[in-house]
Amino acid sequence: MTGFEAAVLTIITASTPLLMAAIGELVVERSGVLNLGVEGMMVMGAVCGFLASYYTGSLILGILASMMAGVLMSLLFGLLTQTFVTNQMATGLALTILCLGLSGLIGEPLTGEPGLKLSAISIPYLTDIPYVGKILFGQDILVYVSIALVFAVQYMLFKSRMGLIIRAVGDSHSSAHALGYSVIKVRYYCIMFGGACAGLAGGYLSLVYTPQWIEDMTAGRGWIALALVVFATWMPRRILLGAYLFGTVWIMGLYVQGAGIAIPSQVLSALPYVVTIVALVIISRNATLTKLNTPTCLGQSFVPDR
Amino acid sequence: MASARGKTGDASNEVYLLEAKNITKKFGEFTANDNVSIALKAGEIHALLGENGAGKSTLVKMMYGSLQPTSGTLFWNGEQVEINNPSMARDLGIGMVFQHFSLFESLNVVENIILAIPEEDDIAALAVKIEKVSAQYGLPLEPYAVVADLSVGERQRIEIVRCLLQEPRLLIMDEPTAVLTPQEAEQLFITLRKLTAEGVAILYISHRLEEVRKLCHDATILRRGIVVDNVDPQQETAQSLAQLMVGEAIHKIEARSAKKLGKTLLKTQNLNLKSGLQFGVDLIDINLDVRAGEVLAIAGIAGNGQSELFDALSGETRVSKKSTIQLNGVDCGTRGIRFRRKCEAAFAPEERLGHGAVPSFKLSENVILTRHDSDDDLVRYGFMDGKLMKAIAARITKKRDVRVSKTDPEAESLSGGNLQKFIVGRELDRAPKVLIVNQPTWGVDAGAAAMIRQALINCAGRNAAVLVISQDLDEIFELADRIAVISRGQLSKSFAVEDMTFEKVGLLMAGAHEKALPADNDAADNDAADVEVEDNGAPV
Repeated sequence: MTGFEAAVLTIITASTPLLMAAIGELVVERSGVLNLGVEGMMVMGAVCGFLASYYTGSLILGILASMMAGVLMSLLFGLLTQTFVTNQMATGLALTILCLGLSGLIGEPLTGEPGLKLSAISIPYLTDIPYVGKILFGQDILVYVSIALVFAVQYMLFKSRMGLIIRAVGDSHSSAHALGYSVIKVRYYCIMFGGACAGLAGGYLSLVYTPQWIEDMTAGRGWIALALVVFATWMPRRILLGAYLFGTVWIMGLYVQGAGIAIPSQVLSALPYVVTIVALVIISRNATLTKLNTPTCLGQSFVPDR
Repeated sequence: MASARGKTGDASNEVYLLEAKNITKKFGEFTANDNVSIALKAGEIHALLGENGAGKSTLVKMMYGSLQPTSGTLFWNGEQVEINNPSMARDLGIGMVFQHFSLFESLNVVENIILAIPEEDDIAALAVKIEKVSAQYGLPLEPYAVVADLSVGERQRIEIVRCLLQEPRLLIMDEPTAVLTPQEAEQLFITLRKLTAEGVAILYISHRLEEVRKLCHDATILRRGIVVDNVDPQQETAQSLAQLMVGEAIHKIEARSAKKLGKTLLKTQNLNLKSGLQFGVDLIDINLDVRAGEVLAIAGIAGNGQSELFDALSGETRVSKKSTIQLNGVDCGTRGIRFRRKCEAAFAPEERLGHGAVPSFKLSENVILTRHDSDDDLVRYGFMDGKLMKAIAARITKKRDVRVSKTDPEAESLSGGNLQKFIVGRELDRAPKVLIVNQPTWGVDAGAAAMIRQALINCAGRNAAVLVISQDLDEIFELADRIAVISRGQLSKSFAVEDMTFEKVGLLMAGAHEKALPADNDAADNDAADVEVEDNGAPV
């Protein structure tokens, strides 16, 4: 394996959890809900996925458990913000704080223990093609799932009735209600989808990226995913671009540091943010497009007048 | 009409298309509808009249399933039904055009319509259907246009076409003409008559009593949630209908007797302003002047630059040249709203809650908001004078007959009309030299509207220059000494009210005065408007 291949592989594994969490949050925000609890749902996904695979010995169960954990946490968020109409921002923040503590508590006995690792797939001949074989055909299955997810969400949002309803609810919940759509129900489903994606992203960290549990191992990736959604102006394909750009600059920074080039490490760790924001700002210059893609009701609670 | 009746039942035991019997709806302690009964016949236009807060919207929302009655029953074709949600209403054949449009701004026309038709899945096929139906009823629509780019009139067409595509047997229309030019309204009436000829029943809510008299076959009048009368509107006059709605004679506006005009107190010179908002309107070469003692009214369909013009005059957006805007003889184009208030100018914006007043603040606190700088006594060394604030709020409340449930209530607890009386009163209380009001009686009931209008006229009578921006033509003709019309950010010349008619204003509203802008896609439309406004829809 060449150094180039190794670098690309690291970039892909670094970008995948961002992509998963962001695409889930995108659907949530498209329905008009701002869930700031992505980081929390991710970390719960990470710890639950790790515990489940550690005790059952099954990676599939581990992955499912991470998604379930995300869904359960998102349901708590949904219950509070949709049913009890609490403030979405405050609830999301509280959810993250709760999850960071809770995950530390339940993961404590196994901190640092080595766990199972989801291995890359291997297709005879194809994977062996020089330079690109490993990159195109030798990733773990979740990488392909995450990319497929982006296109599936793109199709769902813009080509299906379900997506139209989600966008309508995010654009004007009172109009959607007047037409007879159940705003709360649509939002619950979206919140759960977002939870599943964030949980899976967390599971990816503890089952693929670094197959073990370390407290706070998400290290702010949930917040990056949140930012990506905004800077991608709620468009799925831009999330793909943003997540991979972020991952690339991030890993390049590590390589640069490793090579001993004299750039302050703080600059290097800030660089992915700067580059991603600049790039996404440049591609979202079309203000009309941005305006049309911004969910007008984002973060607003809905109470039907009954 | 007769044939429609014959189909549904014999004369002695008539079966109505929709009948509501003894409907009561309570919101907590408040009874919005009290034992209301109403019966609608196929092939007839039935008017539902009443002041704001009389319970009209509540009643139709129950018919459309978005609200549930506390007690009482609905009958559809003589059979008892429970309408639990809007899709059930649609299945029965009830369509509704909302007063506050239920449209999605970021979606296009077809998407907006398909959301209301669950069984339709093919966007392209629906687009064709939309074009067909909209041509058939004279409601032109571009299926792939995004709603945010459309005028209010076009948006209303979407609502109507959306209903028509569901082939409704009952069409409920909540204030459909409030935002239309007279010509557009006429076109709508033709459509409605066509529909009734096909046997559709229409329930028609409107504040415009003249048009109710022209159009409707039957009228039910609500007052404070109770049905007070059921009349044949063609046998009534607008006055008698208004009296039934309000329950007392409406205050008749008294014009000022002698008009002595003073010097020019409000003036703009070639006011050009690019709108910062994506869907805002650019102001183009606006020249206006208002002299002391006169009322200049600016007519126009909502969304043609009114709010941009108001913001530029009030100083919320500033222009680059000082002399572009003159208030009370002072150049203040580059100065902010506080400076302009100190020039004895006063402003009342369109949006009452959130712009004219802070909803959760008390009235006395809302007094401070616009007057902290211009009234020397109110704020001293950075501290507010609570007693004076309360006294001013009480004075305004009393003078303008603002009906409050307790002393010094929060702004949001007031009804629209009462809050507007307070906001206009707050500005008048300063005895301004220049008063600029945007949509003074938008959504305000007849009684309150009459009071506000009288106050504005009296203000001009005290030698102030008054500028009223409004889309209500009745109001404009009642108030104005001169009328100008704004369309797409361009202001027409002003004309003395004596020389104007509804039709002339309507032509200007449709853009007859606009200069064709070079290299603009809209230029073609402007040319058409210069010639004549066609009857199947004004240029947009």
